[in-house]
Amino acid sequence: MASTSINKEQWGTRVGLILAMAGNAVGLGNFFRFPVQAVQNRGGAFILPFIVCFLLMGIPLLLIEWSSGRFGGKFGNHSTPYILDTMAKGRIWKYIGVFGIFTNIAVAAYYCYIESWTMAYVFHSVGGTFTGKTQAEVAGFFTNYVDIGHSTTGIPYEAVLFYIVCLALNTYILSRGLAGVEKAAKIGMPLLILFGVVLAIRGVTLGTTGMTPEHPDASAWDGLNFLWTPQFDSLSNPKVWLAAAGQIFFTLSVGMGTVHCYAAYVRSKDDIALNAVSAGFMNEFVEVVLGSMIVIPIAAGYLGLDWVKENAGFGMAFQTMPYLFQQWGTLFAAIAGVMWFGLLFFAGITSSLAMGTPWMGFMQDEFKWKREKSAYSFGLIVLILGLPTVLFYQQGVFDQYDYWAGTVSLVVFALLETIVFAWIFGIDKGWNEINTGADIRLPVIFKYIIKYVTPVLLLFVFVGSVFTPVGNDWQAAFANLFSGQGWALDNGSLIKQLTNSGLKEQIAAAANDPVLSATLKDKMFYINLARLLLLGLFVGLASLVYLAYKKRVREGRATE
Amino acid sequence: MNAAALLMMVTAQVLVTGFTAYFFYKVLTTPPKADDGEMIPPVKSYDAT
Repeated sequence: MASTSINKEQWGTRVGLILAMAGNAVGLGNFFRFPVQAVQNRGGAFILPFIVCFLLMGIPLLLIEWSSGRFGGKFGNHSTPYILDTMAKGRIWKYIGVFGIFTNIAVAAYYCYIESWTMAYVFHSVGGTFTGKTQAEVAGFFTNYVDIGHSTTGIPYEAVLFYIVCLALNTYILSRGLAGVEKAAKIGMPLLILFGVVLAIRGVTLGTTGMTPEHPDASAWDGLNFLWTPQFDSLSNPKVWLAAAGQIFFTLSVGMGTVHCYAAYVRSKDDIALNAVSAGFMNEFVEVVLGSMIVIPIAAGYLGLDWVKENAGFGMAFQTMPYLFQQWGTLFAAIAGVMWFGLLFFAGITSSLAMGTPWMGFMQDEFKWKREKSAYSFGLIVLILGLPTVLFYQQGVFDQYDYWAGTVSLVVFALLETIVFAWIFGIDKGWNEINTGADIRLPVIFKYIIKYVTPVLLLFVFVGSVFTPVGNDWQAAFANLFSGQGWALDNGSLIKQLTNSGLKEQIAAAANDPVLSATLKDKMFYINLARLLLLGLFVGLASLVYLAYKKRVREGRATE
Repeated sequence: MNAAALLMMVTAQVLVTGFTAYFFYKVLTTPPKADDGEMIPPVKSYDAT
């Protein structure tokens, strides 16, 4: 069969590719989720399993995804359905690859909403909105902001407006193609690191200067002690391992399909081994070095470690940090606010741009859509799917997207792609693919880690999320199981989530309170609506893959 | 900070920063490969090795 001249976009520079790939990985989770996970898993107990998971699961998954992407790109495929199709016989794999588009669209739908909060908070930091506000008032500001009927600026539907502006910006940059993504990464990543370094220096030098009569025990050192004191007994605790492994997915953006897509635009003879490791370590630098030195020490430095342990959560970034910055005076509070929310914005946008590329690659490859049309269609789909997360945020739509698309799908796809790569495509071919054009010599032990250790770890994570025991207390659960008392599932387990057990219990408990009962029933409706939307998206994408397959058959391009 | 925490923090951060800097330095200093007029091979690819 005759070959055809290549006709695809390529990365302008290698540094641009590394920054774009690192920007894809560096996201809001590096600054929100990592420190919160560390606090919720006994601080120093979390670090060792996290580093081990990075080496045994993170680096191998990066190598798998970079090499799969470049391999698919050689055959003109820039999204996971047909990247997997080129790697394995059988019609099923392209439908498994649907996860690599589905996850990105669904995650982008709510991720752009968080990104829009950071835009809004930069605006409010500059405007002095938080000046003179108490901690409760700053926390209340966030609650008002996400209640879309309540405008904090006088602009009606402010949250919706910021969301649409944020999405429009993403769509515009995507419409400029890889050059636009690369430019955004070259501006965003250095600024992110600069802002992060300034805030981290402030975090580690705060000491006990934030102590007040209300918080006499406040000390940034306590926060750092808690995060970094090693606790070797954690190595035998499955809960900590699961949390560490889960964080690897969020932090490296593996199991999404974005790494494949970016790597598909790498030339077939170019290195991927050094690129993958470099981008992975750049992400870890932002997370372990910068992420650990901002939120926790600054919060502990003003509010005390006990407050941090009790309140550590997603909301700290928006509900607490603006208040803490006010302790530095009006001018520095504004500067710190711009830096903090600016770095979150850059972390967010470099990731959300990556989420647009698999859809664009698929539509360009299969249906010959132009770049602009692909980008605008991505923006439109994300808008349609994302508006429910904005309008019904408090009814749990956002959380459903985050759980099913941003958590479960990642693990499922990572597990399946690892099996395809190591066992179906074959580890020998896979290892050869990883090392083709490599600018570093990878230790051969990674070949065996990819084949044996990574799939087992992924299976462990998946099974752990399906059968999470009550209270996430694995040691007690195993003790109960072996003493014949069975295995009681937590309401956070996948099985109980699927059946809405926790919410049903709340509805039953609220039987005597008609108002609360009606609110909870409303929530059930919106949760099911969110799941229907996600299911509809997956089925729609799978149908497109089927249509693309029929088109390939007609054109004589289909695999057999 | 206690000594164990300080040691752990400094070790982890120096290692991560060191590896990040080393790999990025290699990226910056490795000469690019020549463009050899890449072509798309046939699509039926799982047996194309």
